[in-house]
Amino acid sequence: MDLALTREEEAFRAEARAWLDAHVPAVAPPSLETAQGFAAHRAWEAELAAGGWSVVDWPARYGGRDCGLIRWLLFEEEYYAAGAPGRVNQNGISLLAPTLLEHGTEEQRTRVLPPMARGETVWAQAWSEPEAGSDLAALRSRAVRADGGWRLSGQKTWSSRAAFADRAFGLFRSDPDAAKPHQGLTYVMFDLRAPGVTVRPIGRLDGKPAFAELFLDEVFVPDEDVIGAPGQGWRIAMSTAANERGLTLRSPGRFLASAERLHALWRERGGPPEEGARVADALIGARAYQLFTYGAACRFLAGERLGPESSLNKLFWSEYDIALHETALDLLGEEGERADTDWAERYVFSLAGPIYAGTNEIQRDIVAERLLGLPKGRR
Amino acid sequence: MRFLLDAEQRAFAASLDALLTAADTPKAVRAWGRGEHGPGRALWLRLADAGVFALAVPEAYDGLGLRPVDLAVAFVELGRHAVPGPVVETVTAAALIREPGPAKRLLPALAAGGSVATVAYQGAYALDGDLADVRLSLAPDGLRLAPGHDAVRASLDPARRLTRLRPGGELLGAGPPAPEALLLARLTTAAQALGVGLALLDRTVAYVRQRTQFGVPVGSFQAVRHRLADARTALEFARPLVLGAAVTMAPADVAAAKVSACEAAYATARTALQLHGAIGYTEEYDLSLWLTRARALRTAWGTPQECRAQVLAARA
Repeated sequence: MDLALTREEEAFRAEARAWLDAHVPAVAPPSLETAQGFAAHRAWEAELAAGGWSVVDWPARYGGRDCGLIRWLLFEEEYYAAGAPGRVNQNGISLLAPTLLEHGTEEQRTRVLPPMARGETVWAQAWSEPEAGSDLAALRSRAVRADGGWRLSGQKTWSSRAAFADRAFGLFRSDPDAAKPHQGLTYVMFDLRAPGVTVRPIGRLDGKPAFAELFLDEVFVPDEDVIGAPGQGWRIAMSTAANERGLTLRSPGRFLASAERLHALWRERGGPPEEGARVADALIGARAYQLFTYGAACRFLAGERLGPESSLNKLFWSEYDIALHETALDLLGEEGERADTDWAERYVFSLAGPIYAGTNEIQRDIVAERLLGLPKGRR
Repeated sequence: MRFLLDAEQRAFAASLDALLTAADTPKAVRAWGRGEHGPGRALWLRLADAGVFALAVPEAYDGLGLRPVDLAVAFVELGRHAVPGPVVETVTAAALIREPGPAKRLLPALAAGGSVATVAYQGAYALDGDLADVRLSLAPDGLRLAPGHDAVRASLDPARRLTRLRPGGELLGAGPPAPEALLLARLTTAAQALGVGLALLDRTVAYVRQRTQFGVPVGSFQAVRHRLADARTALEFARPLVLGAAVTMAPADVAAAKVSACEAAYATARTALQLHGAIGYTEEYDLSLWLTRARALRTAWGTPQECRAQVLAARA
């Protein structure tokens, strides 16, 4: 057992740090949940891609560096330590892309991935529906066979980034007569500006349009925008969901950087002892998450499949993120009420953690049944 | 980077688990609490045969050299089985005794399990000072072999017996103690706490699967399931801190491991007690052996406050 990096890994880390030092904007762009901030973040994605840093773990032929999991983790540590902007294309890069790499066709990968890497196509997630959030088996939006493709109808909601994004991916019921509710779903990519799509931005708690409702009326999608076989959407989505809760949605880098920022804030405020324990716990939690992830990455590289333990991961980081940001706002005192600070922006974002990507109640049920072996329960 | 236990380390853990399962450890724990040390000493010898105490003794004195990761692996198992006695203190003593004379005289017996040691700062409680063969006092001028101990006081954990060591005695080494020896005490306490937490979780999961109320297993109620899921989460995130600290032996990492493992174990103890109901609140039921241990380990070798302060101080 060791934590030693190879000389190549150290060199990769140094290269990333040098590039980020030279390129991270000195003044942070506005919130990516605003039109102006969205455009600025898109431009940053293009700059990252030009430097070869937007999708380091992808195969080189789609714009990546094929760098592997450990180097990806190191890159993320450097990225957030450098104070680089949040990733506007997170949904595309960490949810859709792994799905395409695992289940897509070469034509789809070649067509979809490079513009995603350059920020030219920003993707929104279109999974939830008004009566189906964490319970994706209850989806009702439909895909009906049409000449050369499918016609989508129905309503999606809580679609992150959809207010300003270009395209979306989601599940649609293609066989209403399937024996079980999670059968007969098809995984589809569609254009948010296609005829028949209406996007209604939804303001989150602070009023910024971080997500949207999508109304779909006979929206045509060609066959080449269906991922995997029709009717297999659930299985494909579940592999994406494991990615979302697991390693790739929240790398430890951002929490390590946040904990360091919190510690700096605490020192700047004179190191008040009443918050000292909470600041120490934030530092400890970030280290725990980093080492847990290293362990998971090593197990994955040793050929183990990461299954329901991704639910532990999601429970940990989502609760951790809120505690850290609550501590920061408390340290700020009266200033903690202001809405125009980075801390406030990140605090509001952290509040959504236990709700999205499958609520934490669902994650606890998964842990109880699949890791602890408890009997199926009354939900 | 290979942040994974290797096959040998996993086999070592499995062999200790098998040994302690076969040995009726709960019976030895209860006897120890009554001051009958025979079964515990027998267990101690078997642990020594498996190599546990040699992991902190230099090779020159019949040991295996200081191997913190293997010690952490072993102490998780000792915690899982609630092994009684000054196990932490014995490996700490092995790492503290550096002068060739005392080392040659004392270490081989510690490695072999025939000799039991306790260690404490002068004036603080030493665990099981009444039965220890070697009583080390961390005195202002150095490491001393204490001449004796005062009255035995009960711990909240009936298997732990608290004693203060008498001042004075033979000076075994002048100056401050080797820092890694004291880090080892904190690390093995953390590992032991993690094992205690894992045992509490396992036992509680087994209990709520078979205990029924309102015609269904208690474990099917969401309020119960969710508490156990939270306990599992806390323990799973303490584990890499304990192993990572064993790899780096950095003071802040060891302190982080101690806080995290002890808090997770203690939270699990509260959950275990609640979900067992009144049976868990009795001393006759074996769960009590881990419930009280979880509380005692929180303050042993570094309170949560001291450990958190260490984490903050490392960045000052």
